Amino acid sequence: MGRFHRHDDGHEHGQGHGHGHGHGHSDLGDHSGYRTGGERIEVLERIFDENDHTAAANRADFDSAGVTAINVMSSPGAGKTSLLAAALRILTETRVGIVEGDIETSIDADRLSGLGATISLLNTANGFGGECHLDAPMVRSALSKLDLTALDLLLIENVGNLVCPAEFSVGEHARAMVYSVTEGEEKPLKYPVMFRSADLILVNKVDLLPHLDYDIDIFFRNLRAVNPTAAVLETSTRTGRGVADFCDWLRTRCTPDPEGSAAARGDTTARSQP
Amino acid sequence: MHELSICRSISDIVVRHAAGRPVRIVHVRVGALRQIVPDTLVYCWSLVSADTALAGSQLCVDSVPAAIRCIPCEHVTTLSEPLICCSRCGGHDIEVVAGEEFLITSLDLAEV
Repeated sequence: MGRFHRHDDGHEHGQGHGHGHGHGHSDLGDHSGYRTGGERIEVLERIFDENDHTAAANRADFDSAGVTAINVMSSPGAGKTSLLAAALRILTETRVGIVEGDIETSIDADRLSGLGATISLLNTANGFGGECHLDAPMVRSALSKLDLTALDLLLIENVGNLVCPAEFSVGEHARAMVYSVTEGEEKPLKYPVMFRSADLILVNKVDLLPHLDYDIDIFFRNLRAVNPTAAVLETSTRTGRGVADFCDWLRTRCTPDPEGSAAARGDTTARSQP
Repeated sequence: MHELSICRSISDIVVRHAAGRPVRIVHVRVGALRQIVPDTLVYCWSLVSADTALAGSQLCVDSVPAAIRCIPCEHVTTLSEPLICCSRCGGHDIEVVAGEEFLITSLDLAEV
């Protein structure tokens, strides 16, 4: 298909001019000097508006039920599910719900069952086109299977993917990202949107460091270049390192702050832009 | 591959604004801090719009470079890499002033 020429130079698209080219779509925008069509209408509508409206509705439900929602994201295999399982074994005093997002299977949901949490499985292949991320409407449908008033904390385990989940707010109060040291030091530079959007980075599988050609200082330099402010914890579910600190971070998020301000807990829903 | 679901959102917005009028070009503005691949977006648009009233319409992507403003020294840096620090003082206390745009700016309607 031929490319259209642009009219950014203030070229007027007059209505009702009488050429009647009768040309089809494929040859529109030729360089003949003729006006090529009808009017331009201004839209100026953000493409994520619909998602963000639903995210705001999710957030309102979380807030009215007194639930803190954390969006947990990572690449596939970074250790999200193992880390959440380890955390659930410690968070016995906290009423935890989990939205388990996966394209297919209940494998991760099964791994987290029996640890005291209420789980709502969300397979994106069922009616959501096999999406590689969770968006706000998907999470909203999963919330219908949970009694939010019976929860303190909702952990939303996103689909394993370092690209797409970062673009979609689901109404969460904060984002925790699991990164494993086997992924290499350069990942923050390759996936800056994901690393930049996280409030907490869990640097996982640190028990493997002695076996890897990996320089954690280079990783931290790269991380700080794209996200200077995120909290960071080094974790290993094999040794248990950092898991209690992760639980402390989650508990702190669940504690109502004295001013009752959701913003003070770190607001990642309001990602507005012009 | 979230471009496909994004194109469905674009389609919904375009259909609402076009209100039945034939659309020739959909202009979208995409900031560099969005992980949107313009070529993939255009390809997915052809898939999503096929067999709808928008079939044959073209998606025109206007890419916007990322820029940050240093809060202490007020210097504005246009980013060629995703390194979020001030090019003058090296500071990290910054605000993003461009690059997060993701919107439909306008529609060019077809002549009827």
